[in-house]
Amino acid sequence: MSPTATRGPTPGTSASQANSRVDVRKTYKLYIGGAFPRSESGRSYAVHGAGGRGTPRFLANAAQGSRKDARDAVVAARGAVTGWAGATAYNRGQVLYRVAEVMEGRADQFAGEVAAAEGLTTARARVVVSAAIDRWVWYAGWTDKVAQVLGAVNPVAGPFFDISAPEPTGVVAVLAPQASSLLGLVSVVAPAIATGNTVVVVASELRPLPAVALAEALATSDVPGGVVNILTGVTAEMAPWLASHRDVNAIDLAGAANATGVSWGDLEAAGAENLKRVLRPAGTGTVAVEPDWTLTPDLSRIRAFLETKTVWHPKGR
Amino acid sequence: MTSTADKGDAASRARDLLGVGRLTNAALTTWLHGLPGVDQVGCEARAAALGTRSIKTTAKAWAIDAAISMIDLTTLEGSDTHDKVRSLCGKALVPDPTDATTPRPAAICVYGDMVATAKKALGDSGIRVASVATAFPSGRASMRVRLADTRDGVQAGADEIDMVIDRGAFLSGRYLEVFDQIAAVREACLRADGSSAHLKVIMETGELATYDNVRRASYLSMLAGGHFIKTSTGKVSPAATLPVTLVMLEAVRDWRELTGTQVGVKPAGGIRTSKDALKYLVMVSEVAGDDWLDPDWFRFGASSLLNDLLLQRQKLRTGAYSGADYVTID
Repeated sequence: MSPTATRGPTPGTSASQANSRVDVRKTYKLYIGGAFPRSESGRSYAVHGAGGRGTPRFLANAAQGSRKDARDAVVAARGAVTGWAGATAYNRGQVLYRVAEVMEGRADQFAGEVAAAEGLTTARARVVVSAAIDRWVWYAGWTDKVAQVLGAVNPVAGPFFDISAPEPTGVVAVLAPQASSLLGLVSVVAPAIATGNTVVVVASELRPLPAVALAEALATSDVPGGVVNILTGVTAEMAPWLASHRDVNAIDLAGAANATGVSWGDLEAAGAENLKRVLRPAGTGTVAVEPDWTLTPDLSRIRAFLETKTVWHPKGR
Repeated sequence: MTSTADKGDAASRARDLLGVGRLTNAALTTWLHGLPGVDQVGCEARAAALGTRSIKTTAKAWAIDAAISMIDLTTLEGSDTHDKVRSLCGKALVPDPTDATTPRPAAICVYGDMVATAKKALGDSGIRVASVATAFPSGRASMRVRLADTRDGVQAGADEIDMVIDRGAFLSGRYLEVFDQIAAVREACLRADGSSAHLKVIMETGELATYDNVRRASYLSMLAGGHFIKTSTGKVSPAATLPVTLVMLEAVRDWRELTGTQVGVKPAGGIRTSKDALKYLVMVSEVAGDDWLDPDWFRFGASSLLNDLLLQRQKLRTGAYSGADYVTID
């Protein structure tokens, strides 16, 4: 009768037992500093499935993050920079690969979340999840190769070795894509953390549950607490505070496309206050569009959150 | 001689207060143990309740500035250098180079050998120099050495002396010994011109084990003539906590009722965030009264607290969250 009964009985149990099972209703929390706190505001919001006919299906409640949650997340991210940026590139690659492993083991759960959130068939959702897992592996491979490709030994007119090496910029705020709730999310988070940045992610506003599942995967993989912090809630509420936050070094505006009440130009202007690196959303002019995340990426998202350190070393004997 | 008279003063005042002809350990014990006990659960609940007050907008702006002006900006490390003390003094003189309206902290707190350096760096700015003395932080030295340490600091120009009590003697019930020592240090705080450096008595509450002991040590310190009672050295954990400070604030409030003398309170150690500082200010106002909301009567012993207050101040001014890149590292 009730639509929530679909998750009810296992085969073999009698009908009376099945009806007596009390629903486990879910109210998810944020992911900050390796812990799962409630929003300090105490708010949560109902998340509904996409697609289908008739009234949207209720999926779960998600925490509705506030500006103070964003502030706390930045503190956690800042605290994690030293350790994560200081880890060897090889080690970071292993950790990213480990995330892929954990996701692979929970692929069914992710497929279910993606199917419900994006209104896909299970088969299509499985393809998306596999692509997301592959994306982790792709960026895991890049961690210890970025310096060779983006670094350089520069020819200089003097007896010096002149070496340019890429370094992480620090704390990156990421507005995750609104439509592609898992593949898009991984496609923006992985390149930022691959090089040693830490991130504060604002998950897709209407499709936050795959991000919550990813947080649970990250918490049980080897990613140190604070390296990835995931906020769920209203993008337009949190984004301006992250854009103007002086302790945030860069902001990825991918999720400004199709986000209600978000003007990415305003966010970029706010970011200029402390010379943030700003990665604009795809699209032309003021129109932001969400790109096709299934395409094989290039190094642009990695390069966007790097600084270049150049060292002059005397050549004398 | 003034000095002995002063010590005599403390003893005779104590005799009057206790109503005894001779100040003995027994008399002090009877008096201190006659103080009402502290209800631990009630005390902690009240401290927690006061910590939940929401302080916003103009009140918050006022409180942040008040807290900054109450800081004893402290560096007490074995690795302190004269240059580090000078840079800390620079920070006290100009806490936030981006905003000239930022108030200055009340004092710089350093070891005795750094007093002259700090004094010179601060000039006539009005920022005071506090020197820890009496074999800080343990206090485990002969009385002769502890007094010499104190005189050294005073002679170098310290405006305030932070002494530690002998916790061993206190915990073994040798209250008279502690009383005499505080009175003697107070005497050593006298300058040649008859004025006196302010004496802060560090009780090291983290080693006193019970709130009852904190209350007794507070009364004993005030009886012996301390101008300030201070929680901790910052070298022992736990350092300052809200309930301990609550007990001390009650003590100074009741002491003024009893004797008419106002004594200051200084929590020190472990106060790192603006939120913590605001909780203390709420408690001062609610427990002791607004008379104590003044750098002359309430201080924070802290080092990293100043930067956090400055960040909050910048947030109020600019409307954007600030970060560690926008304050100086001391």
